[in-house]
Amino acid sequence: MPYVAVKGGEHAIQNAEALLQAKRRGDTTVPELSLEQIKQQMQLAVNRVMAEGSLYDPDLAALAIKQAWGDLVEAAFLLRAYRTTLPRLYYSDPIDTGSMYLQRRISAIFKDAPGGQKLGPTFDYVHRLLDFKLAAESNEFTAPTQPPIAATESAPRVVQTLVQEQLVTPPPATPVDAPPFDVTRQPLHTPTNRDARLQNLARADEGFLLSMAYSTQRGYGSNHPFAGEIRMGDVEVVICPEELGFEVAIADITVTEVQMVNQFTGSKDIPPQFTQGYGLTFGYNERKAMAMALVDRALQAKDLGEAIDGPAQDEEFVLFHSDNVEAQGFVQHLKLPHYIDFQAELNLIRQLRRDYDQAQPHQAEEVLVADSPPSANAEPSSATGQASDPNVPAKHPASESHSPSELTP
Amino acid sequence: MPGTATEVLNRLEPMTPPSSHSPIAPALPEPGFNFAYLDEQTKRSIRRALLKAVAIPGHQIPFSSREMPMSYGWGTGGIQVTASVIGQQDTLKVIDQGADDTTNAVNIRRFFRKVCGINTTDRTAEATVIQTRHRIPETPLREGQTMVYQVPMPEPLYFIEPSRTEANKMHALEEYGPMYVRLYEDVTRFGHIAMAYDYPVMVNDRYLMKPSPIPRFDNPKLHMSPALQLFGAGREKRIYALPPYTPVKSLDFEDHPFTVETWDQPCEFCGATDSYLDEVVIDDRGSRLWICSDTDYCHQRQQAQAIAPQTLG
Repeated sequence: MPYVAVKGGEHAIQNAEALLQAKRRGDTTVPELSLEQIKQQMQLAVNRVMAEGSLYDPDLAALAIKQAWGDLVEAAFLLRAYRTTLPRLYYSDPIDTGSMYLQRRISAIFKDAPGGQKLGPTFDYVHRLLDFKLAAESNEFTAPTQPPIAATESAPRVVQTLVQEQLVTPPPATPVDAPPFDVTRQPLHTPTNRDARLQNLARADEGFLLSMAYSTQRGYGSNHPFAGEIRMGDVEVVICPEELGFEVAIADITVTEVQMVNQFTGSKDIPPQFTQGYGLTFGYNERKAMAMALVDRALQAKDLGEAIDGPAQDEEFVLFHSDNVEAQGFVQHLKLPHYIDFQAELNLIRQLRRDYDQAQPHQAEEVLVADSPPSANAEPSSATGQASDPNVPAKHPASESHSPSELTP
Repeated sequence: MPGTATEVLNRLEPMTPPSSHSPIAPALPEPGFNFAYLDEQTKRSIRRALLKAVAIPGHQIPFSSREMPMSYGWGTGGIQVTASVIGQQDTLKVIDQGADDTTNAVNIRRFFRKVCGINTTDRTAEATVIQTRHRIPETPLREGQTMVYQVPMPEPLYFIEPSRTEANKMHALEEYGPMYVRLYEDVTRFGHIAMAYDYPVMVNDRYLMKPSPIPRFDNPKLHMSPALQLFGAGREKRIYALPPYTPVKSLDFEDHPFTVETWDQPCEFCGATDSYLDEVVIDDRGSRLWICSDTDYCHQRQQAQAIAPQTLG
């Protein structure tokens, strides 16, 4: 009896946990990773975990990465589970990305934008050659000394120049007096509004968003985007507690903001113009922010009266399948024991099989004689024997009618 | 490596009685977390959804489901409901597949002992709150008990209408024809309704409801139950409920009435013929035996049988 392990019990779980911890630590002669090392040298991993974990805390994100054995989806999950326990105290004022302390700022639509282009730290123009020198430790690198563009040196948003010409209409903003939707505190409904959509996308799985965005570029809900502006840098987070009546800055956070400019040929009610897709993420997370902007634009199809042809334009499809904490859990729950349902299915399929065999008497007889002892217990083996019989259709009617139940744990 | 039936039985059912049969003494709750993990505001918001759900039996109420330290799909809906209704004086039982000793049940019970420090039990009769996945205990429930079901897919219409926007309209209009058509199609193709578990029910003559993936064997236990029955779907963010003594009807047709499954064999351990049996494959030649899926029910019957001969003798 190799496997009755579903009835494992407490001891087995404790052993599994201990083994996991030991495996995670690896060879103890190798020095242990410190959180500071993860935070400093794996910043992009930390950024992704903060974005998808929807909690801005580099220290906790580093801890989650360490604890998750480097699995970033698992780390985001750990951070979310911790986030759950924190009370919601205030909603901050909207962050002002216009006065961002810029580390990077580029535009692909104008050669020279007011405020200038600034590459910042980017992989974009680096040859992706494995750098074997990096395999050696104690490397020292010196950053160029030019200071970042200060907040006071104003770098107005590039898209603003199109707004002034009335060539682009920003999507309608949520009224200021209406409280914003809070995806962490309210269940999502479809159809929904853009505030809920953007929140959902901001913490959506990067891989999922990337594929969705990519699909729009390949014709599934086509729209032709231009990177109007990508900026990354630090912004102040400000709250205004009612009991104080004045603003208090509580943190500086790093964010990446993307404004895409898309063609729109106009509709019956709307003149031809450019439209906008918006992406914003915690940390330096450019691929995610760009993908988010494309998907945001694709999801405006309904409001703009465009045909909804591609999956990326289907709000319900995108929003309800974008969260990796939800998705990883449900996919992996198939590991849980299902023997009650399976027993029920087994009973049913045997009954269907009996009915089927009775409807075809000569075939059933042949098979029973061929490989089945006349015991009730041995029925499944007779069923198996039959499945390979070329006279029997490979697809049993029950498999079709029961496809939904496969989803049911 | 075929094992004898006795070896298998011993593994499934050690001869020494489980130590957990009396209530397990409470442990100290884990410091740094609120009682039952969730903060009080969140628990209140979930209780508000529960109240609505109780007021409209079988109707799905959206609730602000939170991330829990277990994965979505592993019972987070049930866990949040339990966390919102449980108090220090409660005694909790957790089952999965009917058993208290399956890994998922052990894990959830461990979680609540850790974050609540409450009493837990294996005995259905002793529990005030019972969280379950896939079964309803064989021992009849009583007034004052709360059943909490873990629900993976709350929407009964989802395989007929995948869009929740549309399904909501169908519920509002009581447009359940397509579900009957689906069942009728089974009858025309197979001669009977081919749904083995998560068999749809009509609650209080109004709302179509999924009973969570319990076998249809358990459906009759939903009807007019004296216990409060709460259903939590964490990933789908829905709560629904059956207040005590709610009429619950499994869908059927006059000429094709609802039936439950039966077995030709009794339970190998306790001889029960009235309980849901698990099939256990005991060797690689396909030999099988059948045992109660409800481990507590099976224990109680075995104990009663052990005592009965002594009192007679």
